[in-house]
Amino acid sequence: MWVLRRWIQAAATVLSNAYLLFPFTRNIYQGKLKSMCVPGLNCYSCPAATGACPLGSLQTVLATVRPSLKAGNMHIGLYVLGILGITGSLVGRMPCAWVCPFGLLQEMLHKIPSRKIEIPHWMIYIKYGFLALFVILLPLLVVDGLGYGITWFCKYVCPAGTLEAGIPMLFLQPQLRELAGWLYIHKIAILFVFLALMVFIRRPFCRTVCPLGAIYSFFNKASIFRMVHHPDRCVLCKECYNHCPMGVKFYEGANQPDCIRCLKCMQESCKFGAISYEIAGLPAKGEKGTSAETP
Amino acid sequence: MLKTRKSGFLLLLLFLLFLVIGINAGEVTVVWEKAVNVCLACIGIG
Repeated sequence: MWVLRRWIQAAATVLSNAYLLFPFTRNIYQGKLKSMCVPGLNCYSCPAATGACPLGSLQTVLATVRPSLKAGNMHIGLYVLGILGITGSLVGRMPCAWVCPFGLLQEMLHKIPSRKIEIPHWMIYIKYGFLALFVILLPLLVVDGLGYGITWFCKYVCPAGTLEAGIPMLFLQPQLRELAGWLYIHKIAILFVFLALMVFIRRPFCRTVCPLGAIYSFFNKASIFRMVHHPDRCVLCKECYNHCPMGVKFYEGANQPDCIRCLKCMQESCKFGAISYEIAGLPAKGEKGTSAETP
Repeated sequence: MLKTRKSGFLLLLLFLLFLVIGINAGEVTVVWEKAVNVCLACIGIG
């Protein structure tokens, strides 16, 4: 299962960035696929990107909601929310583990041998602040004279955008280099801080900052695919926590907001069958039932 | 368990409705127009 997940992560990364003509066009892909949001964090200004970033798209719609409404267009973000909500309703935060290119990068860098550090639990709530402030409130409320806001998270925070678009685009379009100033340096600094943190901390960006993961996390308790904990079989050995890429203490309850359903705990850590999953309330093949679930 | 099962499907229906309304409102074009132009903010120079 672990190898399968790696292959799916790699395939998703390639499919999300499959426009290989960019070295010749020196521009980003501009085809019809760009109207579809990909499920993971993947900057749409990456030269190879084939789809739209759901987080960037959501900010864009919110930042332009006033002029749109004034012009009589009901562009209030329902298309993007629909895509995110459908994904979340089906599998909760699973895209973070299986198809997010930035998640894959974090896991690969964490494999570098080094002393590993655990973050305080309260830090996982910071991402909800980023979601509320940088993705929703600031794009919606801070507007210019014409009513247009900006994509605050993309502009001031997103290290995925810097890595996938900021660095490559400055190579492809030399005229952009003259425009790079303090903001570019600020974003490069954020990127490198996170790249360094990824070596020592399990998925630091996903756990503390990512607003996309924060959105998906709201669905973990109610999604059709759900994890199940069997307390009667659990011996509290904490092996699930030791191996979890998100540092989730599964034995304290299934479907916690930070559980990305990678299934590593179920497949590799738990030797006692205390972890399983269910789909639409039906237990996974081979499981006896879900009545012993911890909420 | 039945309640959980229902909530997942109810959410799915709700967001499917969102998606359909959004498509009918023309939001697909809004997303596409943003995504096919280089986002200077994303790059860090806008």
